[in-house]
Amino acid sequence: MTQTPSPHPIDTSELKPIHAKKGVPEGLWIRCGKCAAMLFRKAVENNLWVCTKCQHHFRVSGQQRVKQLVDKDSFEPFNTTMAPVDPLGFVDLKGYPERIAAAQKKTGQNDAVQTGMAYIKGRKVILACMDFTFLGGSMGSVVGEKITQAIEQAGENNLPMVIVCSSGGARMMESGFSLMQMAKVSAALARFDDQDGLFISVLTDPTTGGVTASFAMLGDVILAEPKALIGFAGPRVIEQTIRQELPEGFQRAEFLLECGFIDRLVHRKELRTEISRIIDYAGK
Amino acid sequence: MAKSTEYGSTYTLPFEQPIVELQKQITIFEQKPDAAEFAEEIESLKKNRDQLLEKIYRNLSPWDIVRVARHPQRPQTSDYIEMMCRDFCELHGDRHFGDDPAMITGFGRIGPHKVMIIGHQKGKTTQEKITCHFGCAHPEGYRKALLKMKLAEKFGLPIVTFIDTPGAYPGLKAEERGQAAAIAVNLLEMSRLKTPIVCVVIGEGGSGGALGIGVGDRTAMLKYSWYSVISPEGCAAILWKKADEQTNLQAAEALKLTAVDNLANGLIDDVIAEPSTGAHRDPQATAKQMEHWIVDRIRELKRFKPQTLVQKRYERLRNIGEVALAATPTQH
Ligand SMILES: [Zn+2]
Repeated sequence: MTQTPSPHPIDTSELKPIHAKKGVPEGLWIRCGKCAAMLFRKAVENNLWVCTKCQHHFRVSGQQRVKQLVDKDSFEPFNTTMAPVDPLGFVDLKGYPERIAAAQKKTGQNDAVQTGMAYIKGRKVILACMDFTFLGGSMGSVVGEKITQAIEQAGENNLPMVIVCSSGGARMMESGFSLMQMAKVSAALARFDDQDGLFISVLTDPTTGGVTASFAMLGDVILAEPKALIGFAGPRVIEQTIRQELPEGFQRAEFLLECGFIDRLVHRKELRTEISRIIDYAGK
Repeated sequence: MAKSTEYGSTYTLPFEQPIVELQKQITIFEQKPDAAEFAEEIESLKKNRDQLLEKIYRNLSPWDIVRVARHPQRPQTSDYIEMMCRDFCELHGDRHFGDDPAMITGFGRIGPHKVMIIGHQKGKTTQEKITCHFGCAHPEGYRKALLKMKLAEKFGLPIVTFIDTPGAYPGLKAEERGQAAAIAVNLLEMSRLKTPIVCVVIGEGGSGGALGIGVGDRTAMLKYSWYSVISPEGCAAILWKKADEQTNLQAAEALKLTAVDNLANGLIDDVIAEPSTGAHRDPQATAKQMEHWIVDRIRELKRFKPQTLVQKRYERLRNIGEVALAATPTQH
């Protein structure tokens, strides 16, 4: 499986490069998909990929997320070579191996999650960051296995577990294997809970489907980034079921806070501080 | 086992069309005032019909199997409770929001075992189907299930779950009340309940909604049921960009959702035989097969200490997943 370094650490579908006038390299300026402001790329990057005008949180890759969260150079990754197989010989309009290869080439990742040990403001944690840029952050066997091993590591070493979720749900191309990852990770979290482990779940845009219906909603403390889409069923599926338009803000982080399913809304800039504060309160 | 001499169904699935003509001829003969004169013809036609039906069912595509699993006369949780369970004591409500009729829960006796029964219910009449949301449970359904399962744990009763849902209900209220959280909590808690859990997919095993009462020590599927991460139509709509007869068939094949495929992939433990032409043609025979399986598995599981049971349940889940090692490490 060959890979090339990722030229786009973020999901650029939300950010539209402004076509350069004479002499200005393309991509130096970008337009916020939310407020349409023209933004200097470097400034947005320095702002952790949050719009400097409207505070819209752009999606970031797992790789980028790790960099933003951990103390500099403190990340020691686990299972970096673990890669997906095609257990069912799944073919739709394309073969699954083709889709995997394309995603690996695009992202420089073997699959949709980064796991490892790291420090956050000096606190040692086990961290998993999902990557929406890799097949929509979908959970197949690799994501399930890496996260399960990470949770087991956290349990064995009495370390806090932090998972940053960003996923469209279970990976269809691994069908039953994907579905069972939901149970596997949840079972690992049950054991971790029995060991009095601290699990902080961070929900980012988007967190839906089988990931929400398993570990994402099982945090001892659940944090969410502003405006993140979080839900079980996708908005379109719901609209088709109830045959009416969904209210403004439905399934956004603010809505979930109101419904009582998350503990705190946290601006990306505050995540490090918030996570370390919770670790301290839990005495971990 | 099957009452193979009876057509036994008033609803015809598309792939059963070839026998409709034969059945018509039989009916014509049978309704003649001098039907007795044609006994031989009738007998021969019936034999042809049954052989044809058996042949059709031997060669069902995965998509056809999905159709059998959704047959309107297919036995449901309430039917199996009635057929195999003595002295069923239904328990209602999640003590929090409401009582979801799409989830039936209660004490019952199956064979020699006192158990807690948990099962999706699709509804029999049109009115029931609507109140049951066609077997799509709301969060209160999953919470009701968990509450009763914990009750079973407290009194050392094994748990039997009947899975039969197209999926958890995808609606506005369901989201507001935490559909995802309800299912997630069930997965976590079921993995550590200190009592035997056996699960049977009796019809549809649709994704998280199925798994929400499907984490256990032993799982079986009835022969003509399906179990997968998504329905064929849902999969077709996303990956083929449209759900029609052709793409549904392709998706059903790709998803490896049949009982036989799930067994081959090590995702379930057993396939429970059905009458050769479907459970709807002989519910009693199906119930009997299933009862045997349940009684045997519970007897087997009761031998384990609760701690061992939970440990083994974890190991089973822990081993699911197929991964490889790449030549190049992930960038970080
Ligand atoms: Zn903006």
